[in-house]
Amino acid sequence: MNKSVFTAAVLYLLLFIAPARADVTLESFSFDDKSTELDFKEFIGKVRCLVCQNQSLADSDAELAHDLRDEIYEMYQAGKSKDEITTFLVDRYGDFVLYDPPMKPKTWLIWFGPFVLLLVAGFLLTRSLRRQTALPATEISAEERQLLDARLANKSQNQDKIQ
Amino acid sequence: MIPELGHFALILALCMSLVLAIVPMIGSLNNTPGWVDLARPAAHGQFIFLVIAFGCLVNAFLSNDFSVLYVARNGNSQLPDIYKISAVWGAHEGSLLLWALILGAWTVAVSLFSRNLPAEMLARVLSVMGMVSIGFLSFLIFTSNPFERIFPVPLEGGDLNPLLQDFGLAIHPPMLYMGYVGMSVAFSFAIASLIGGKLDAAWARWSRPWTLIAWVFLTIGITLGSWWAYYELGWGGWWFWDPVENASFMPWVVATALIHSLAVSEKRGAFKRWTVLLALLAFSLSLLGTFLVRSGVLTSVHSFAADPARGLFILVFLAIVIGSSLTLYAWRAPEVSSGGKFSFFCRETLLLVNNLLLVVVAAFILLGTLAPLVFDAMGWGKISVGFPWFSKMFTIFTPFLVIVMGIGPLARWKRQDPAELAKKLRLALIVSISGGLLVALPLFYEGSAWSGFAVMLSLWLVSTLFISLRQRYQYRGGISGMLRDLGSRGSGSYYGMVIAHFGVAFFIIGITLVTQMDVEQDVRMSPGQTIELGKYNFRFEGTRTIQGPNYRAERGTVRVFDHANKEVAVLSPEKRTYLVQSKPMTEAGIDPGFLRDVYVSLGEPLGGGDWSLRLYYKPFIRWVWLGGILIGLGCLLAATDKRYRVAKSRKVAATQGLSDQSVSEGQPS
Amino acid sequence: MTRFLRYLVPLAIFFVLVVFLYRGLSLDPKLIPSPLIGKAMPQFVLPRLQEPDATISDKDLLGKVSIVNIWASWCVSCRAEHEVLLRLAQTGKVDIYGLNYKDDRANAQRWLSQLGNPYIVNAFDADGRTGIDWGVYGAPETFVIDSKGIIRYKQVGPLTVDILNTKIYPLLKELQPAT
Repeated sequence: MNKSVFTAAVLYLLLFIAPARADVTLESFSFDDKSTELDFKEFIGKVRCLVCQNQSLADSDAELAHDLRDEIYEMYQAGKSKDEITTFLVDRYGDFVLYDPPMKPKTWLIWFGPFVLLLVAGFLLTRSLRRQTALPATEISAEERQLLDARLANKSQNQDKIQ
Repeated sequence: MIPELGHFALILALCMSLVLAIVPMIGSLNNTPGWVDLARPAAHGQFIFLVIAFGCLVNAFLSNDFSVLYVARNGNSQLPDIYKISAVWGAHEGSLLLWALILGAWTVAVSLFSRNLPAEMLARVLSVMGMVSIGFLSFLIFTSNPFERIFPVPLEGGDLNPLLQDFGLAIHPPMLYMGYVGMSVAFSFAIASLIGGKLDAAWARWSRPWTLIAWVFLTIGITLGSWWAYYELGWGGWWFWDPVENASFMPWVVATALIHSLAVSEKRGAFKRWTVLLALLAFSLSLLGTFLVRSGVLTSVHSFAADPARGLFILVFLAIVIGSSLTLYAWRAPEVSSGGKFSFFCRETLLLVNNLLLVVVAAFILLGTLAPLVFDAMGWGKISVGFPWFSKMFTIFTPFLVIVMGIGPLARWKRQDPAELAKKLRLALIVSISGGLLVALPLFYEGSAWSGFAVMLSLWLVSTLFISLRQRYQYRGGISGMLRDLGSRGSGSYYGMVIAHFGVAFFIIGITLVTQMDVEQDVRMSPGQTIELGKYNFRFEGTRTIQGPNYRAERGTVRVFDHANKEVAVLSPEKRTYLVQSKPMTEAGIDPGFLRDVYVSLGEPLGGGDWSLRLYYKPFIRWVWLGGILIGLGCLLAATDKRYRVAKSRKVAATQGLSDQSVSEGQPS
Repeated sequence: MTRFLRYLVPLAIFFVLVVFLYRGLSLDPKLIPSPLIGKAMPQFVLPRLQEPDATISDKDLLGKVSIVNIWASWCVSCRAEHEVLLRLAQTGKVDIYGLNYKDDRANAQRWLSQLGNPYIVNAFDADGRTGIDWGVYGAPETFVIDSKGIIRYKQVGPLTVDILNTKIYPLLKELQPAT
């Protein structure tokens, strides 16, 4: 019951705050130097919009997104560092707001997991290869050897060269 | 009346699938030929009823029958006919029916094109497909009936989401489903073989063409989706690592590993257990994707309306299908013999490394997609794993894959002398490193190092492919030999591989260069104003209102000039308002080109005829989809390889113990 | 024996996965928990809605348990929960403060006079910056603050009688000294 009311609330909210759009409206922010502007654009691309949760702050048209972009712009103009701005956002909205999960012990599995997997898989692979090459080749019976020789004799005319 | 007919047909299809799943399987285990022979007719019967059901739903949309709830929600009388049809699969219930229909179609295809398969084997394969059908049909009938009626009957429908009123997106789901569902064929073959306890090269040979074709559809479906997102959504983006996109990408990655693994199992009899597991995994990931889209467990732009009750049904189905298949694997796989042996360094090992990398890629995509869910479930708070993380990981792993892709086709089977291989690769190494440096160095702007790296990797692929082609040319005895070779056994596979790997090279250049070198600008423009972006000048000439079949739009005109003031393109971006759902939609104005796209989208009217616009310059973006298309084409070529069209006489040999094929298997492709 | 165990690994991994997916069905991925719980409420000084010349600050909320409700006249769900707020106000158990979020003064005042006013005082947050400090991402949101000014609970979405009974009243009982 609670969940469906909440969903309705979010939907109503979206209706009133920001009609669902498949486009973008970005305010034009002016910067003194190009590198700060690129920094800013990259930063807001990595922050998640909390209303339209499938869009980054750069792409979202939600009212809250406008407000947050304004706020972040002001912080950039005030010379705040990326870390300070990140802390500002995380303090208010939690880790959810960052598209890159933060690096802390709980998220080590996410950041290092793929490499650990690779190492484990590589180790298992090497071990099974070594074990496999150490096994003797299977013996074939005398009958099978005769059959094999006959076939090979036949095939040698038609067989393509090995690439 | 007709919707009821459709509903009835669904129920009959379910009955057929029950027969299909149970009778032939038991018959194959007890050796009752009568029961075994029931497989084909049951499959055909199931399909006929599914076609009837689907036809009834299409009819309901075309005839604007709003007494059917699903049509009332998703249809509309003003919708152009083609979109009335595509609206059938525009939401949950209808798309499930499409899934079931396509599954029925693949089942019939397998029953028709497997004449050289032993009868019990075919019976088991079709039975397993029937079991999957039971799941989907029950889901449809018991929780997601597309034929449910609504009373009182609304006068007009809710309309198909305007985003979906587009040709590209109309065919994107059918393509994808053909791919997802097609993986069930390899799955069924694997299960049937595990049940029979015989996992030989023949099994791999039977499975491979089916898997290849399914993979082609999946590749094209994903490529289409990406291309659609680019031109429709107005942000110039084409891949978002959205959970549902990942859900389609994971089966694709595992399927790639599968087709490479099948090639080895088929030719060398090696990797059999691996290949079986991959076949089970590929379809399992397809099913998992279905769950993720429809259960509301993850937030995604693609998800259908979330319903946890439905989610539970799918989860139970998932648990039964995948759980029992993996249990069967755990039980039977240890008994499978090890198959062909090979030394430490050879093509088999390289393919194993390739598969390993691919599986790790699929695993970390799964990790990133499900991590937020795991964190939430464990009470560790809410986190997001998004685009930046996936991009980073993908960029780290792909180069290793590309390196192995270059070496693999040049290595011998069974045993390769590393020094000999190194000598062959020397030229490729020189070309790729120098090419990469050339691109990276002189252009001293941000990101050139990455472009250089991408060029290096692509050149590595391309040059190793040329070395391989030259080798084949030498061994086949010149051009005439190659031409004669074209229709022979094994050539489809080989040239298919060449084309597909070329596609990967294009793809890598495309994605890296467009990410590194694209330029975008958000501007406010008045009519008559010109703005410079990159090497072009954009002149905005205002907008005018136009009327479409079921929408009203503001169409802007932007003229693009190069620096010599020659007109390059006239773009007409639009801002559409659809009459029913009144959601504003963007149609971007794009000037496509082989080497670059110029892209403009309208933002908001700012008063006084002024508009906010987004201008883009996107170099090499088309190479991304060109790569995808080449990969698909290459695979299609491989699927048509003559060796899969085994003549009737071989059927007899195949059913006996030692077959012709295993002796001539020593040939690499 | 261990050789056979390795074939059970895929099944084992799948089993763990299913457990998580099952848990996931009862969770809402869109819900964002507040990192402010257990922390002091954000400092603010804002003009009052009804008396524009007077201000209200976080200090005014210290010394007793209070409820802060984020609302706006344009927010449809706020209308839905208004009944519940009025009911809560009538019980007299706790003071309800409102944070009028990104609203128009006249509209907000009219809203209150038409629908009833459960709030002791309303803070007027015109530009929404204070809302951001409170981690607001969708009105209505409701906070329970203890007498020391620590945020103890956040409800995203409209209040219902059910939430009052299961969450709010028990928490109030716990926080307020028995009288």
